[in-house]
Amino acid sequence: MNPKTRDLLVKFQSVAALLLMIIALSLTPQISGTFLSQDNALNVLRQISVNLCLSIGMTLVILSGGIDLSVGSVLAFSGVVAAGLLKNGIAIPALDVALQFTVLGAIIAGVVVGAFLGCFNGWVITRFKLPPFVATLGMLSIARGLTQLWTQGFPITGLGPQFGFIGTGHLLGLPMPVWISAILVLIFVIVTRKTRLGRYLYAIGGNERAALLSGLNLNGVKIMIYSLGGMLAGIAGLLLTSRLDSATPNAGIGYELDSIAAVVIGGTSLSGGRGSVLGTVLGCLIIGVLNNGLVLLEVSPFWQQVIKGFVILAAVALDKMNAKE
Amino acid sequence: MNDARPDSDVVLMARGICKSFPGVKALDDVSLTVRRGRLHALLGENGAGKSTLMNIVAGVFPPDSGEIMLGGEQVAFRNTREASEAGIAMIFQELNLIPHLSVAQNIFLGREPLTRTGLIDDARMIREAAEWLRRLKLDVDPAGPVASLRVGQQQVIEIAKALSMQARVIIMDEPTSAITDQEVKVLHELIHQLKADGVAIIYITHKLDELPLIADEFTVMRDGRYVGSHETKTATHDDIVRMMVGRDLSEMFSRTPTAPDEEVLRVEGLHLAHPERAGDFSVRDVSFHLRRGEVLGIIGLMGAGRTELLEVLFGLHPHRARGTIVVDGEKSWFTTPRAAIDAGVVLAPEDRKREGLVLSLSVAANTSLACLEQTERMGFLDAALEAKLADGYVKRLRTKTPSVHQLARNLSGGNQQKVVLAKWLATRPKVLLLDEPTRGIDINAKKEIYTLMDELVASGLGVVFVSSELPEILAIADRILVMSEGRKTAEFTRAEANEENVMRAALPKN
Repeated sequence: MNPKTRDLLVKFQSVAALLLMIIALSLTPQISGTFLSQDNALNVLRQISVNLCLSIGMTLVILSGGIDLSVGSVLAFSGVVAAGLLKNGIAIPALDVALQFTVLGAIIAGVVVGAFLGCFNGWVITRFKLPPFVATLGMLSIARGLTQLWTQGFPITGLGPQFGFIGTGHLLGLPMPVWISAILVLIFVIVTRKTRLGRYLYAIGGNERAALLSGLNLNGVKIMIYSLGGMLAGIAGLLLTSRLDSATPNAGIGYELDSIAAVVIGGTSLSGGRGSVLGTVLGCLIIGVLNNGLVLLEVSPFWQQVIKGFVILAAVALDKMNAKE
Repeated sequence: MNDARPDSDVVLMARGICKSFPGVKALDDVSLTVRRGRLHALLGENGAGKSTLMNIVAGVFPPDSGEIMLGGEQVAFRNTREASEAGIAMIFQELNLIPHLSVAQNIFLGREPLTRTGLIDDARMIREAAEWLRRLKLDVDPAGPVASLRVGQQQVIEIAKALSMQARVIIMDEPTSAITDQEVKVLHELIHQLKADGVAIIYITHKLDELPLIADEFTVMRDGRYVGSHETKTATHDDIVRMMVGRDLSEMFSRTPTAPDEEVLRVEGLHLAHPERAGDFSVRDVSFHLRRGEVLGIIGLMGAGRTELLEVLFGLHPHRARGTIVVDGEKSWFTTPRAAIDAGVVLAPEDRKREGLVLSLSVAANTSLACLEQTERMGFLDAALEAKLADGYVKRLRTKTPSVHQLARNLSGGNQQKVVLAKWLATRPKVLLLDEPTRGIDINAKKEIYTLMDELVASGLGVVFVSSELPEILAIADRILVMSEGRKTAEFTRAEANEENVMRAALPKN
């Protein structure tokens, strides 16, 4: 089968799954009214925005043939750093100054911290030739520990309405998190499809040796990818912190699995080289609508997990069957 | 061809087997008849389809059409397990043993004898393994790990495994390609014993000298087609070669004479330290030069250091190598492939699937990979520009592909090689390093690659062409550099070189 048809089919399959789910939920009498309301639709979009930010970064990393297990911890650390700087500033005893941060300053600091931790991942992976699984497993623990140290185990709350705007505000009727994640989707669709970095990503994920022998700077691309992954985790952390008006040291535990699930359901191959950001958007939507439907149907949260697991298995199994043809 | 052997001796018969892979017809109406107690050699050049046929017989994948009869009954194996249960065992070139398990555990893998309580009966397994090893005269500890054995010994373990499954047909894929002469002798004795026991053997080999020693009959394949079958004793060496090649290389292709121009590459005193053995070298004090419009052929046996030499020139192993490299009059020492590419030195590696191409990307994406900046417009990739670039090379190199958007995976070997060439030509190189560029591609594709190379040289490129096939080197090189054990052992002009003096220089000296 030619690759374009294949891609279309995979996308079509995800779209079809999403539509089927939406239709089924709309036709379920006890919830159809709530489910189809505009509020609920916006609610689903807002709920998936954090996972979507993480999953865009995860898509880049997985396309390049890697994995990033540290995104949940990096999200938490970025969140508490931004919240802490905003609320308390930072004292530098050596210089005898106490820096105060504006909202914008705190946001930038959170994003930069995320990017820096991601950059560290990339450096460890390229400098010491560690498998990404191991390197980011280390960061999962390091960043979580740093989060606990920074907060001493207590949540940082009361961050003010200005900071709250990015998580709870609206613009032209759409929640801010939806705007932010939509803009990020647009940017990274372009990055993956229309830039050298994007092409190199697919090449390295498809065949690292051939990419090296074609003169690509593998280390540079990888460090860039993991930095972007960390940056996106940082943005996700800010969205979450802002929405909850609270940065908790336990935020984001297990989020790496949700984002890997979204990427995989979206048709991106875990072995790298094949997939797309748009597929991941579909993956996030499928998980979001599924969660929403199950909650509305008052299915127990325990069953929700079981069902989500089966959806992941089914998605990957279908993808494998297509790949065989 | 048939002598008066009764048909009841026929164990295995394959008839009209066809098999296509994306972009290539691997087998086209091939037949094979194998008799008990006889060794049937399967001959043909790389890419002739021998391994594909054997994979079908052994159940690795099914044929598209055709039938396989085993002991008079039609069979259709869905996997190798069904084939081995029916009595067909295949010993793959890259042996299928698990290094950390013991000899006995490997022999009985998946068929472990159990005690009454359902646990593995280790004592019985080791006892039975020891019995097989004794019969095959292999003196190794059945409880010891396979990893500590030599390749030749591991082959015998594979044979023990096959026999323990009551194999009636044993397929051996180039068993003598990686073992010592002593081990070859042992294997040949073993083969005689197996034949005496009534086992049928299908034997893929490139070493025609082996045939009179072990083979009773042979079948020749070429370009996925059946050429013919004969009794070994009635065929001469020359007959076989003619059947394999079809026609002489020199009849097929001749170089356009060029007047080599000024020097484009000079290498002096190049050394490459051995990756494992301290103080030893993979490449030792090699010097040569290359002019524009010239093909320098480098020939040597496996392990002669040819590939390593090219890799050093291409900026791989910068820390293990030393020496002088001058490109276009400029002293250069590349520490990355990128630096080499920028200076105009490019390498088409030996294994194009694993090193040359990203199979999951399209022809267009592979073509532009090393010069992606050329397809950018205002900082963004321009798909139309890229397609135009790729399409130009598809036309120029006569690459057979439905479109430039086809995945590289779906092209045949020769066309994949052309995509690798396109990728490099797009970077406007001065020196083209080709490592076994015609390995595993069919004869017509080979001819096309030669013709292309001829055109490129005429346009002023310098080409270094590494090959292990003597006729090929003799037909295409202007000068021939011979390597053995990391050293340059001789250099000939085209007029001086012949099969004999080149081969003598290529053989190791000890």
